[in-house]
Amino acid sequence: MAEYKPIRKVVSGNYAAAYAAKHARVDVVAAYPITPQTSIIEKIAEFIANGEVENLEYVAVESEHSAMAACIGASAAGARTFTATSAQGLALMHEMLHWASGARLPVVMVDVNRAMAPPWSVWDDQTDSLAQRDTGWMQFYAENNQEVYDGVLMAFKIAETVNLPAMIIESAFILSHTYDVVEMIPQELVDEFLPPRKPLYDLTDFEKPFSVGALGTPADYYEFRYKIQKAMEEAKKVIHEVGKEFGERFGRDYSQMIELYRTDDADFVFMGMGSLMGTVKQAVDVLREEGYKVGAAKVRWFRPFPKEELYELAKSVDGIAVLDRNYSFGQEGILFNEAKGSLYNTDAKPLIKNYIVGLGGRDFTVADVRKIAENMKAIIEKGELDVEVDWYHLKR
Amino acid sequence: MNTLFGEKKEGATKIVLKSVDEYPEAPVTLGTTLINFTGDWRTFIPVVDDSKCVKCYICWKFCPEPAIFIREDGYVGVDYDYCKGCGICANECPTKAITMEKEEK
Ligand code: SF4
Ligand code: SF4
Repeated sequence: MAEYKPIRKVVSGNYAAAYAAKHARVDVVAAYPITPQTSIIEKIAEFIANGEVENLEYVAVESEHSAMAACIGASAAGARTFTATSAQGLALMHEMLHWASGARLPVVMVDVNRAMAPPWSVWDDQTDSLAQRDTGWMQFYAENNQEVYDGVLMAFKIAETVNLPAMIIESAFILSHTYDVVEMIPQELVDEFLPPRKPLYDLTDFEKPFSVGALGTPADYYEFRYKIQKAMEEAKKVIHEVGKEFGERFGRDYSQMIELYRTDDADFVFMGMGSLMGTVKQAVDVLREEGYKVGAAKVRWFRPFPKEELYELAKSVDGIAVLDRNYSFGQEGILFNEAKGSLYNTDAKPLIKNYIVGLGGRDFTVADVRKIAENMKAIIEKGELDVEVDWYHLKR
Repeated sequence: MNTLFGEKKEGATKIVLKSVDEYPEAPVTLGTTLINFTGDWRTFIPVVDDSKCVKCYICWKFCPEPAIFIREDGYVGVDYDYCKGCGICANECPTKAITMEKEEK
């Protein structure tokens, strides 16, 4: 095995995604430009124009629905397939997302988290990706540009092992257009880590013809749904193994689906996903200095949902402040809903409160985390919630 | 039990999978249409009159199944194991070489 010497580049989150797709040696990219995803596919187009990639087919399509359709066709034919989108574009893909997972095709996509319109917005918000919760796609939320790069490479390996598609999710502008140092992996080491894809079935073997997306009557449809769930369960193991392997080879360990930060002796923790957890970790350091016993729990993988890891965490704390940069209207924050539901039939019952933060790109700062900490502390001392769902930034 | 890839079998109709373990990982055709013939739905059957046929293959292009094949002599044949009797071929044929006739079973 060649020695690992990272190549450091200062890149945006979007360029990190494009480089990862290049290093993964994707065969086909089909995408439609949408702000703030556009520079991902521009960069990939540039790789092709400069002759930096071999055999990469870029399919120019007229919509995101077609982009995903083209990816499904390519993936069914055995290609390693990549695309990227954002917000309304992802919503337009929705119908096709089911086709990818239902046909068990390991397409990898980067979604740049952006608020859904109206009001028209291009800023960060997780509701676009979380609205795709039930499509059978795995979902990884990146905290920084490094995690975008690492996430795409790992996603291909995981997706191609369990034959399910995966979404790597980064924040609009906060990551997509902000430059940071990313440690990239030399091509030969990526090749060792990520060998060429072995498709479930070979569509080009004309001796063994079959059809894809065939009819499933009530006698058969049910079993295929069960198989997707089994694959999701299997994915938890694979995520652990691939994340561990990644750590051993490249020094960044992703074996945990929930990254725990200073939670060991914490009274309560802040739980959330994506770039806002960078702010939270910084705030935890500040709060620790001030005597708060707090920690951060960053949910990396939302699908499959890390129920078991959440239970272990919940057993050890008095409170969990769930920070949702998203909302399910008529109910509550989506991560909160999942976390609360996961713990219901267990003996771990910390006080769990939902803070709705940062919707549509609203700033979320260390000072905000401190205010939430003060509130959590008071709640825990009293032993009961004030409100269950707190529209934290609301102008009152 | 290999239900995924099969030979076209004489008289075969439907494979019944009894346990979830027998199912293929992805929903590629169960038993494939090589085993599960789809030609048992129809009431009318296309009949080709070679003397009117001009070998334009429009029927071959339009058949949705596709049940039309091109014979060695260049005229078209119909694979009745798959023809669902929709009549598109008869409708599209420019010389009216195809007629739909009631099938006697
Ligand atoms: S009737 Fe329909 S299915 Fe049958 S051969 Fe004609 S076009 Fe094809
Ligand atoms: S469309 Fe009519 S004329 Fe043309 S090939 Fe078919 S049967 Fe013959």
